[in-house]
Amino acid sequence: MTRNFIGWLQAAPLALILLGFLVAPIIMIVIVSFWGATEYSIYPDFQFDNYAFLFGSKVVWKVFFATFKYAAIVWVLTLTIGFTVAYFLAFHVRSLTWQIALFLVCTIPFWTSNIIRMISWIPFLGRNGIANQTLISWGVIDQPLEWLLYSDFAVILAFVHLYTLFMVVPIFNTMMRIDHSLLEAARDAGASGFQTLVNVIIPLTKPGIMIGTIFVVTLVMGDFITVRFMSGSQSANVGRLISNDIGLLQYPSAAATAVVLLCTVLIVIGIMLRFVNIRKEL
Amino acid sequence: MSKMRYSRRAILKGGAAAAAASALPAPMIWAQEIKDITLRQFGTGVSNLNDVATKVKEDLGFTLEMTALDSDSVTQRAATQPDSFDIADIEYWICKKVWPTGNLQAMDTSKIANYDKIVGIFRNGKLTPESTIAQGTAPHTVGFVDGPGGTSFADNETGWMTLIPTIYNADTLGIRPDLIGRPIESWTELLNPEFKGKASILDISSIGIMDMAMVCEAMGEIQYGDKGNMTKEEIDATFAIFTEAKQNGQFRAFWKTFDESVNLMASGEVVIQSMWSPAITAVKSRGIPCVYQPLKEGYRSWGGGLGLSANLSGMELDAAYEYINWYLSGWVGGYLMRQGYYSAVPETSKDYMSENEWGYWFEGKEATGDITSPTGDVLAAAGETRDGGSFEERMGRVACWNAVMDENQYMVRKWNEFIAA
Repeated sequence: MTRNFIGWLQAAPLALILLGFLVAPIIMIVIVSFWGATEYSIYPDFQFDNYAFLFGSKVVWKVFFATFKYAAIVWVLTLTIGFTVAYFLAFHVRSLTWQIALFLVCTIPFWTSNIIRMISWIPFLGRNGIANQTLISWGVIDQPLEWLLYSDFAVILAFVHLYTLFMVVPIFNTMMRIDHSLLEAARDAGASGFQTLVNVIIPLTKPGIMIGTIFVVTLVMGDFITVRFMSGSQSANVGRLISNDIGLLQYPSAAATAVVLLCTVLIVIGIMLRFVNIRKEL
Repeated sequence: MSKMRYSRRAILKGGAAAAAASALPAPMIWAQEIKDITLRQFGTGVSNLNDVATKVKEDLGFTLEMTALDSDSVTQRAATQPDSFDIADIEYWICKKVWPTGNLQAMDTSKIANYDKIVGIFRNGKLTPESTIAQGTAPHTVGFVDGPGGTSFADNETGWMTLIPTIYNADTLGIRPDLIGRPIESWTELLNPEFKGKASILDISSIGIMDMAMVCEAMGEIQYGDKGNMTKEEIDATFAIFTEAKQNGQFRAFWKTFDESVNLMASGEVVIQSMWSPAITAVKSRGIPCVYQPLKEGYRSWGGGLGLSANLSGMELDAAYEYINWYLSGWVGGYLMRQGYYSAVPETSKDYMSENEWGYWFEGKEATGDITSPTGDVLAAAGETRDGGSFEERMGRVACWNAVMDENQYMVRKWNEFIAA
């Protein structure tokens, strides 16, 4: 009984914090999503107008599709790069000192702010930017490439740059826990390097891949600032829809969009968790 | 309260009052107490300048706290948080939205010393007696109410003003003459395929829609009844034209902040775009040629003013009137005019500008020496003239005022669709 009580007591601080700063705001958002709005105020109500508009608008569907598109492309790229980097660190670099040193090198860009890392691409990719000037001076192109900046290419490039580390870290972490004798056993049993990778390493790395995936997918789906800056405001994702609504004081509509986005992301994560048991990892 | 009868302003006014001041101890008390007064002003970044607050402290003795917000937040705050401010520095179209909430109080024009010198645009809508009144939310249409408690706007000078006008300008397109290399004369050029991938428009719906309307009208595609108050059909037609242009790759980017517009222009990503006057100044001060191009269809204009919170009373209210009188007395006007804006009482600003500055900024004359910004950057050398010319030439050719439409919410949704298209 007392042990039980102590257990509750130990869990209480975190529970209270989560209740106050996670659960309560979400409940508030759900409530507000049913409210009404005039041009400059919101009033308590219980109406489905916000949701009706959301599901009735072709643009909203398009924007949700664009959000999934960004998430999917970025996921594939960050996974490929992240897995390769982690594999190199975990299995090719032999000494622990070098592993740690190289891992830290990976994190160096993250000592600056997200926004700065993103914006620094703009002068690089611009019409008269370094990339175009270099390509022209090499004679590869005659005209500056317009699609380098303010395009989906730029958005995805920035996303991959910003979020690959979130893939590297958990995958590297799981790979480091793989017992190297398993790899030796695979080789002894006659497996080729590729077979070892597919049949031993990837299955054992799945929890790490899944954690990285959750990071990347939630970050990309919830983003609005990267899309705004890198597309020059010309593309939209759900985050921008919400931020536009907030800018125009349409809080209930923003809340409804946020609720739908939250549900979508939770469903995506729910589906992913059906495939991999990440509890093994934690 | 009784000591408040001797307001500092009244005393400064005349010699008789000055004699009274030396005889009575009250002004001293006022001088002491005024130091404790803090007026909280909020508004858009345009005129919420720290230099103004510093100068107020110096000249008037009380403290002015400035908060700068974007226009959406300004509207919201004025409408929903009347206790959070004493003075609202808002645009006239915002006033149209906010006044019905009753959060602002009308001002007695007889307490405004320079009221008679305020330019006609803000009083009867006419710059000169022959001027025609432009479309949109023209300042004088929301400038007056019937009395202290009036909630609906009056159509003549009633003596009770909603906002005391402070700052205004005529906006047009900014261009890079060095990259375009030919004269630009019409708003239609924004959608000219020649500038495919090199044009931009601002992503602020209430202003962007006006620029769009100027373009569509200039193209002859749409005849608007009132650009400042479009019908749903007019809104749809406008967005149809711009969505098509967007999908054809006409626009390089859309900008939302001042800095973005400067960077787009300075880097050469964009050669023609909607722009604000100080942004042109910022590009020029980097040594890059940039022109605020006058166009034959006229300007899109905007104006702002100071409104008093309904909660102001007593000593604070007197201080607020004193601040407004000080605002119109010239120093701020000179400061703003050196950035390319106009003051509501231009003649008082003249004393705070050099003859060269006054000639360049207001009269459209050739500069006789270097023209510098308030921060010291050289904006024009001797012999250059201001884009668009004199005050009368620029403000006399206003085609429409920034406005808020009856169909605003519909327009905003369409705007969101345009961005996502």
